[in-house]
Amino acid sequence: MTGPIFIFLVLAAVAIAGAVSLILNRHPIHSALSLIVVMVALAGLYLLMGAEFVAAVQLIVYGGAIMVLFIFVIMLLNAGEEERTNFSTLATYGGVPLAFAIAGLIAAALSRAGTEALPAAAQGGAVSSTRALSMLLFSEFVYPFELTSFLILVAILGAIVLAQREN
Amino acid sequence: MVPTNYYLILSAILFGLGIVAFVFKRNIITLFMAIELMLNAVNLAFVAFSQSLGKLDGEVFVLFVIIVAAAEAAVGLGIIILTARNRRSLNVERVDLLKL
Repeated sequence: MTGPIFIFLVLAAVAIAGAVSLILNRHPIHSALSLIVVMVALAGLYLLMGAEFVAAVQLIVYGGAIMVLFIFVIMLLNAGEEERTNFSTLATYGGVPLAFAIAGLIAAALSRAGTEALPAAAQGGAVSSTRALSMLLFSEFVYPFELTSFLILVAILGAIVLAQREN
Repeated sequence: MVPTNYYLILSAILFGLGIVAFVFKRNIITLFMAIELMLNAVNLAFVAFSQSLGKLDGEVFVLFVIIVAAAEAAVGLGIIILTARNRRSLNVERVDLLKL
């Protein structure tokens, strides 16, 4: 087993363990910490693929900002342990088969695609670099990029309007 | 060299776990985290394809997905605070105003 594949397997196992732990934990704060583990493992995978800027953004924005927001809200609302209620009939008879159907569909599509159709992921920044990424972002994608600033402004205003106490 | 298919399989597994969490969890904040997990799984597939095809467009899309996820988290958590204040519960089964 070569080095990159070993690193991939370790990081993938960490990510899957974090996701399973998100499902099994009943307390929201434990679920949030599990999700942070998943995000850090994914940042490691991005580094392995040579997408270093995406890895940094993943750590700072996802693992940092967004998850801190989640933990703030969990603590603000004093969220306790999840109540145990009976599963709704729709979840039992509709949700479980649906999850298996989607998993089967994805597996079928992947197995049909074959391994030779896709070249192996480049490693160590063969095509990726922050410089090329920023060139692309500020030339071809400059209008969507500017639009996202408007989106974030609207989101900030929406959050303020939603969360304020009416009196 | 890690084959691209490995990344895609991991992405599919994470997405499936996100669906399972979304279906089975009862806490509204945990449901929101399940959505974030699915977004992360899709991001992984984007970066894997981007590296495999040698084009950087996929990584740009990932940046946009992260920006949209941040905006969504801000608005969504505001809605969660509002719901928790009005219904006095975080259980999604207690938010049943539209139920017949």
